[in-house]
Amino acid sequence: MALSAADVLAGIKEIVEEVAGIPAASIELDKNFTDDLEVDSLSMVEVVVACEERFGVKIPDEKVTDLATVGDAVNFIVNAAA
Amino acid sequence: MSQRRVVVTGLGATTPLGGDVASTWAALIAGKSGVRLLTEDWRELLPVHFAARVAIEPADQMERVEMRRLDRSEQFALVASREAWKDAGAPDVDKERLGVVIASGIGGVITLLDQFDNLKEKGARGVSPHTVPMLMPNGPAANVGLELQARAGVHTPVSACASGAEAIGYALEMIRTNRADIIVSGGVEAAIHQLPMAGFAAMKALSTRNDAPERASRPYDADRDGFVLGEGGGVLVLEEYEHAKARGAKIYCELVGQGLSSDGYHIAAPDPDGSGVRRAIKFALANANLSTKDIVHLNAHATSTPAGDVAEANALRLALGKDADHVAVSATKSMTGHLLGGAGAIESVFIVKALQERLAPPTINIENLDPAVTIDVVRDTARSLPSGQIAALNDSFGFGGHNVVLAFATL
Repeated sequence: MALSAADVLAGIKEIVEEVAGIPAASIELDKNFTDDLEVDSLSMVEVVVACEERFGVKIPDEKVTDLATVGDAVNFIVNAAA
Repeated sequence: MSQRRVVVTGLGATTPLGGDVASTWAALIAGKSGVRLLTEDWRELLPVHFAARVAIEPADQMERVEMRRLDRSEQFALVASREAWKDAGAPDVDKERLGVVIASGIGGVITLLDQFDNLKEKGARGVSPHTVPMLMPNGPAANVGLELQARAGVHTPVSACASGAEAIGYALEMIRTNRADIIVSGGVEAAIHQLPMAGFAAMKALSTRNDAPERASRPYDADRDGFVLGEGGGVLVLEEYEHAKARGAKIYCELVGQGLSSDGYHIAAPDPDGSGVRRAIKFALANANLSTKDIVHLNAHATSTPAGDVAEANALRLALGKDADHVAVSATKSMTGHLLGGAGAIESVFIVKALQERLAPPTINIENLDPAVTIDVVRDTARSLPSGQIAALNDSFGFGGHNVVLAFATL
């Protein structure tokens, strides 16, 4: 099932707010998870697992390090679900 | 060089009687019980349907996002430590001279069991990455140490129900031996869950007075039938005396000494001879440079078990001799339940308050005093303590035969 980038972004905003307490309004495509949003390595694992469950995709551990920004994650998930 | 003296400059607590020290102390002096029927369905699986949950949930005291990566025991530690640190004036201190010693008897047992449920239900991917930092017994101390950026050392002594007292004693030694100037110390426990409760019930350690939970914790009563599991924690800020004076800190009292011993008798049962307890009291008095004549108040371990209460009372009578006649003994677990690794810590908070207010808390639920108990128990209502310089003891014992006695005195 194809996912729209807007839907994925909205979902990631909810997940990051839930896991790390970052207000959804401050989560944008160009934000870096570590440097801008201060999501630590343990919380990043939670974000990844929650994204997998929500969007029905697999995010292999070796890909997680490539997902530096919210936009990277959106692109990966949209492509993986296509 | 004379020995470095250690004083108490801050207090914090979250207990079945209140979400802070003031509300807990007020309920304690009023003789209120914090024991309630459990609301969870699983209580029906157990012979015991009640416990002493904290009066104020951590959810009402901290942010949700912070809570979700902390075990309940770690939440209690942060709540109590924040209160204690603020009470101490939130001093700007050299972090390399700041330590944390906070104990827990069991550690993050609720996290351990919840995550095992996740593993069975969802597989390894369903296990939280926060599992290990949440279940480790040093987690409460570590989280407080992180928050305060303590760099003199963060420690967690474990000795079952003596853990909280042992932590405070460990902190005393850290300051005396010049490893630190100020230490946040205490103990916490969060073990109200069907598994630990079933384990204690299997030992026949818990009261099963399901028809009257508030009357179940009855130390020294002839019809006591076991302890009531409680949760929460207590924290003391301990500080080197000159350090406290130099910054103009409010000083409650002095932690003057500790005595430690072990029974070498049985893994869980108290030594009926009480010689281990007697030695710990003797060591504490010697360590504090006090005599039995100086002691006016004692917060007993007294958990409301048939064997333990009498063994302790006999040991106190033998250790204090005739001077036991002027020691007002309070068994506050009659109101708080038994906080396991948190017990020695909240009871130390109570001693500090008792010395400050010159008031010994009551022991509730004694309908018929066990005739084998020959010490002076403060029953039903709080009792005034004498004026002038006074001292008090807090004793704590743990499964494994651990005995810890702490001695506090007015300045």
